[in-house]
Amino acid sequence: MKLVEALALAISGLSANRLRSALTMLGILIGVAAVIVLVAVGNGTSVQVQKQVQSLGANIITIFPSNQRVGGVSQGFGTGQTLTQADVDALNDKSQAPDIVTAIPIAQANGIMVYQSQNWFAQTSGSTPDFPQVRNYDFSAGAMFTTGDVNNSAKVVVIGQTVVDNLFSGDFNSAIGQSIKINRQSFRVVGTFASKGSSGLGNQDNVAVVPITAAWAYLSGGRGRNIGQIVVQATDASTVSAAQSEATQVLLNRHNIGDPSQADFTTQSQQDIQNTLGQITGILTLVLGAIAAISLVVGGIGIMNIMLVTVTERTREIGIRKAIGARRSDILLQFLIESMFLSGFGGILGIVVGAGLSTYLATIASRISTSFPPPVVSIPSVLLAFGVSVGIGLFFGIYPANRAAILKPIEALRYE
Amino acid sequence: MIPAQPVRAPTIELEEVVKVYRMGNIQVHALRGVSFSVAEGEFLAIMGASGSGKSTLMNIIGCLDLPSSGRYLLDGVDVRMLNDNQLAAIRNRKIGFVFQSFNLIPRSTALHNVEMPLIYAGLTRNRRQRAMAALDAVGLADRAKHQPSELSGGQQQRVAVARALVTEPAILLADEPTGNLDSESSTEIMRLLVELNDDGRTIVLITHENDIAAFAKRVVRLKDGLILEDRVQERRVEVSA
Repeated sequence: MKLVEALALAISGLSANRLRSALTMLGILIGVAAVIVLVAVGNGTSVQVQKQVQSLGANIITIFPSNQRVGGVSQGFGTGQTLTQADVDALNDKSQAPDIVTAIPIAQANGIMVYQSQNWFAQTSGSTPDFPQVRNYDFSAGAMFTTGDVNNSAKVVVIGQTVVDNLFSGDFNSAIGQSIKINRQSFRVVGTFASKGSSGLGNQDNVAVVPITAAWAYLSGGRGRNIGQIVVQATDASTVSAAQSEATQVLLNRHNIGDPSQADFTTQSQQDIQNTLGQITGILTLVLGAIAAISLVVGGIGIMNIMLVTVTERTREIGIRKAIGARRSDILLQFLIESMFLSGFGGILGIVVGAGLSTYLATIASRISTSFPPPVVSIPSVLLAFGVSVGIGLFFGIYPANRAAILKPIEALRYE
Repeated sequence: MIPAQPVRAPTIELEEVVKVYRMGNIQVHALRGVSFSVAEGEFLAIMGASGSGKSTLMNIIGCLDLPSSGRYLLDGVDVRMLNDNQLAAIRNRKIGFVFQSFNLIPRSTALHNVEMPLIYAGLTRNRRQRAMAALDAVGLADRAKHQPSELSGGQQQRVAVARALVTEPAILLADEPTGNLDSESSTEIMRLLVELNDDGRTIVLITHENDIAAFAKRVVRLKDGLILEDRVQERRVEVSA
């Protein structure tokens, strides 16, 4: 029997029970749509995280001091104080590290900010004038403090949009020139960063940057000239790993360490972060997809159920067909195609619904919640969902179809 | 009329055919050793009360069931040597079935029902034309697009005859073909069978009614799984064309 005839037969069989066929398809439709939507949500998360990592600054490598060891006991990440301003200067030396554009020191100093009756808590960093370039900030008003300000430990500050929102009601122009208190020290606002948008990696707009010398002098609480991290910018994406090894070598030489495994610092490139986060979001996508796949399996069981009913109902018809010359394979094919048609057609409808819902969610994502990532439909997930749904029709259809095929003709004919 | 197959050697040969069913713990001896042969072009009526084994015999002749012991040769081939697909092919090409309860496929048009054996035969060319010709031969060309539920009993049985004939089988097996029909339709169907027999087709008819068996040229009477009587008779009913 030709496939076309088997297909025509299957369609006429299904259309005899339209409501039942439609409900069975609905099970697969929901399963496929769920897989597509949830995988799209997982993908959207992944895409957003990658974007955010990139927004931290292009082609950057972060150097942290190693964990301080006291009596052989590690004291926790970043507790060491092994990085110095001299290290930063060496990394900025083009003859030692040709692939590094610039290196900036960062000293963290969290502080309460007060302006008139408003107060706000923001992450305050001490750094150098290259900070905006390395960390990818633009200015909405004013400008960065200067090298002169760093040399003079000037009490000037550049603030992010969230700080502007909370201290100056969002008006960045009016903020320029105003004096705000950070840890009871007065700092003059010289610039405001343009908003980078919200981020799952901490709010990058809730920042304030002061000259590192001022941070040491007024905000560090007497901890001295501590550098929490050095951020290094490579010339471009292709030189990130070269810059990373140059930076490592420079610091190993400066710290007189021969064995790299004994280094008193660690380096982490943006790529490292992206890889790690990529793994996490990949697992997230997989878990979401697996949960959705359960409903696909349930849909498959629905198909099996209804096919068993169909075979029982049509036992006599199967007997007639066998009496007029249908072979086992003809009967098998007829019922298999019926179940595969149910699952395949349900799968196509599921793709339409899933892709449509994902697209709709993407357009209203920002209205649901600022942290809700817009779903991104992935073509492989669509193809996979469709393939799996047809496969489910095949898998769950084989048992009922085989039951039909092995029926003895006289017993089938006698069936009432 | 549909042309019959060219004349061939004796088609049906039964030798000591026994059929035992198992119903739970009880063994039912439906046939206890039946031997006879049917030659090309015969019109045989198998008669007997219910439970005499005539339906079992019909199932075995039609290759719907296999004998428990004994031999059944169809065109010289022992059907017990055949596999499932070969039996399906025999049912498709050598035997045409007409059942008491018509057994048309519901929700399929008359034309599609008649076409079905040709589909299973793997034919692609002229299928529709051949099905249409078979319907025309039973006088139902104008009902081709009707579904079984839209046809009278007599019409349904004529569609079934057309379906049985469409692959031009040598043997037509009719199991109580008039059992569900009124007398007028019964006569119509029997006249059709007589015409087919006159054209050389072998016909095996199962019935318990004497006036239906009267259309046959030979009567085999069964009782309790054994042959009670096997006699040749003159066709006692005159069929006017």
